[in-house]
Amino acid sequence: MGGQNRMDVLKRVPVKEQDPKVRAGNFDEVCLGYDLEEAKDEASRCIQCKNPKCVDGCPVAIDIPGFIREVEQGNIEEAFHIINKYSALPAVCGRVCPQEIQCEARCIRGIKGEPISIGKLERFVADWARENKIKPEAPMEKNGRKVAVIGAGPAGLTCAGDLAKMGYDVTIFEALHEPGGVLVYGIPEFRLPKDSVVKAEIDNVKSLGVKIETNVIIGKSITIDELMEEEGFEAVFIGSGAGLPKFMGIPGENANGVFSANEYLTRSNLMKAFDENYDTPIIAGKKVAVVGGGNVAMDAARTALRLGAKVYIIYRRSEAELPARVEEVHHAKEEGVIFKLLTNPKEILVDENGWVSGMRCVEMELGEPDESGRRRPVEKEGSDFNIELDTVIMALGTSPNPLISSTTKGLKTNNHRCIYADKETGMTSREGVFAGGDAVTGAATVILAMGAGKTAAKGIDDYLRSK
Amino acid sequence: MSEYIYTITKKESLADSIFLMDIKAPRVARNCYPGQFVIVKMDEKGERIPLTICDYDRENETVTIVFQAIGTSTKRMAEFNEGEAFRDFTGPLGHRSELIDMPSEELEKRKILFVAGGVGAAPVYPQVKWMKDHGYDVDCIIGARNKELIILEDRIKQCVSNLYITTDDGSYGMKGNVNDCIKELVNNQGKEYDLVIAIGPMIMMKFVCILTKELGIKTIVSMNPIMVDGTGMCGACRLTVGNEIKFACVDGPEFDGHLVNFDEAMKRAQMYRSEEGKKQLKAMEGHTHHHSGCECHEEK
Repeated sequence: MGGQNRMDVLKRVPVKEQDPKVRAGNFDEVCLGYDLEEAKDEASRCIQCKNPKCVDGCPVAIDIPGFIREVEQGNIEEAFHIINKYSALPAVCGRVCPQEIQCEARCIRGIKGEPISIGKLERFVADWARENKIKPEAPMEKNGRKVAVIGAGPAGLTCAGDLAKMGYDVTIFEALHEPGGVLVYGIPEFRLPKDSVVKAEIDNVKSLGVKIETNVIIGKSITIDELMEEEGFEAVFIGSGAGLPKFMGIPGENANGVFSANEYLTRSNLMKAFDENYDTPIIAGKKVAVVGGGNVAMDAARTALRLGAKVYIIYRRSEAELPARVEEVHHAKEEGVIFKLLTNPKEILVDENGWVSGMRCVEMELGEPDESGRRRPVEKEGSDFNIELDTVIMALGTSPNPLISSTTKGLKTNNHRCIYADKETGMTSREGVFAGGDAVTGAATVILAMGAGKTAAKGIDDYLRSK
Repeated sequence: MSEYIYTITKKESLADSIFLMDIKAPRVARNCYPGQFVIVKMDEKGERIPLTICDYDRENETVTIVFQAIGTSTKRMAEFNEGEAFRDFTGPLGHRSELIDMPSEELEKRKILFVAGGVGAAPVYPQVKWMKDHGYDVDCIIGARNKELIILEDRIKQCVSNLYITTDDGSYGMKGNVNDCIKELVNNQGKEYDLVIAIGPMIMMKFVCILTKELGIKTIVSMNPIMVDGTGMCGACRLTVGNEIKFACVDGPEFDGHLVNFDEAMKRAQMYRSEEGKKQLKAMEGHTHHHSGCECHEEK
């Protein structure tokens, strides 16, 4: 099968996916990934640039041509060890990174044809390694110095993994009952399987010697000052994410049947409400509107769809401005999510029992570009209309939780409650305390948080060596 | 079960289907205060259940919780015995009672009445105990439907100057509800309170607040809406307080009762009732090993 001579080098080896009609009714993973032959074929398309642009496009600077060369030759274990030098979470990143605007966007193959499927190859390598029980290479000798990491999400896991590889004694403190952060509470099973993928990659981080203590809320169960003064941690990394949901402030928003995307997704993903063997309930809804156009909105919409609802995405700009990945929008459409673009909610309509009965919306048109560079949506006067609904999910973005910044002395934040951290080192305004990921930038991507975790690990190492 | 670390060191039945448990939880026990809550997840499939702290022992590193087994989850929790352990126990969450941060000269002047409804006696207990331990006198009313449902009476009695009991059916103490008792104390017995702390079912807190507003007495309530994470992430617990949206988990759980929109809060508390019903029905139709429902919002 396959073989370079039978394929068009300008085209990607297609990846198998679950049929849209079938998958709209289940929570199994949508993308089925490459097999070994497909991966080798796809890897053979890489022209092994001397000056690889793809690496510049990767926030953690993975040696992409290096691992792809090994894949092409069938040395998957070696490919895994190459990736693992840079990333502790390749099976996650291969699935959820926006490769199309990062590594793949810079691929030289992409100038004339389709870029190499770097993400799908990364995923293949990580999945193969897991199935063949290949673990990351063991860390060097321990140096016995203690570092605390707050939050077991992408930033914290990366920072902890890198520090452990350097020999530090690392403990991650996680507020929820499971490590993983947004990987377990936010991103749905059908995009990122929890047990097979997320848990396995977290186990890899643990195998480097990282300890994870769940159910600890920094700022409540213990403060950063206590960690440093009483528990002997010489440095702290804050990777607590951006967990606070935003609402629109329109009438009816507290009606029964209105949820933040965080609540809806947490119930389904972390608490597994979609599985009736679990206790936590979720209101499936029959006619659901998801307000927003980012990846979180797509995740919420596709979750509601799988729970049996007719689902609308309500977004105030046009398709070109949708912040979600093109692949997610495409998948959502294939599955039957209805996009109501250039539409903005004005009021949630409520029945006499306090439940959502619909939404009054207004049509929008695009005006002059605003400070974000995107064309500002303006209301079309007199275009109000109503949609009949029973559930509304607000996916308008999130902001950092003030729990840590408000309980740690000398921690500088900006007016969006984001923690200040030096770009080069990750150090905050407080000596020995570092931060990165959404807690610093506000809601962004998994890979950017991982990049920040990496930067901070190096910053912490430099700081502790010079101390 | 053995891999779980939050061991139940004591279990006591306070009344029919009301249980008290001491849980070994060092980090919570060291840092918690009256007014705060914890989240319990009993096992892999359980819900995250918020419960206001009833007591704590810093030396023995235990935290006391009280819960009523009325939904499937809490019924399942009640099946746990001493020596067994819960999977997760997180806290302390929310703000501590504002009494703890009040200057002592102000606390000395304050004439405080606690009003505990039903299982609400559990979160009231650590507050009156703290006041007693710090040398302040307070009064307390415990109200319940009947004598059987009056809990923690002896413990609270030791901490307060005057304890009044009311039952709806008159089976114990005064016949009537807590409002009848407040009226009796203020209008007929000449008691002058300037702060009421009312904790119990939302409907009770609502009516206490209507009365104390008429009487001009500032009132603090402890809200117990539906929650998932309890750390500010999900927004399920949002309430309207004054003209603002507040999250009970991080902004509360205690609020100025005269500003709380109780009607909205009570409607929101019903949100999963029908879901629970549906799930239970399914369970009865033969889905074994299936526990359902959400009673995060049941009365404290």
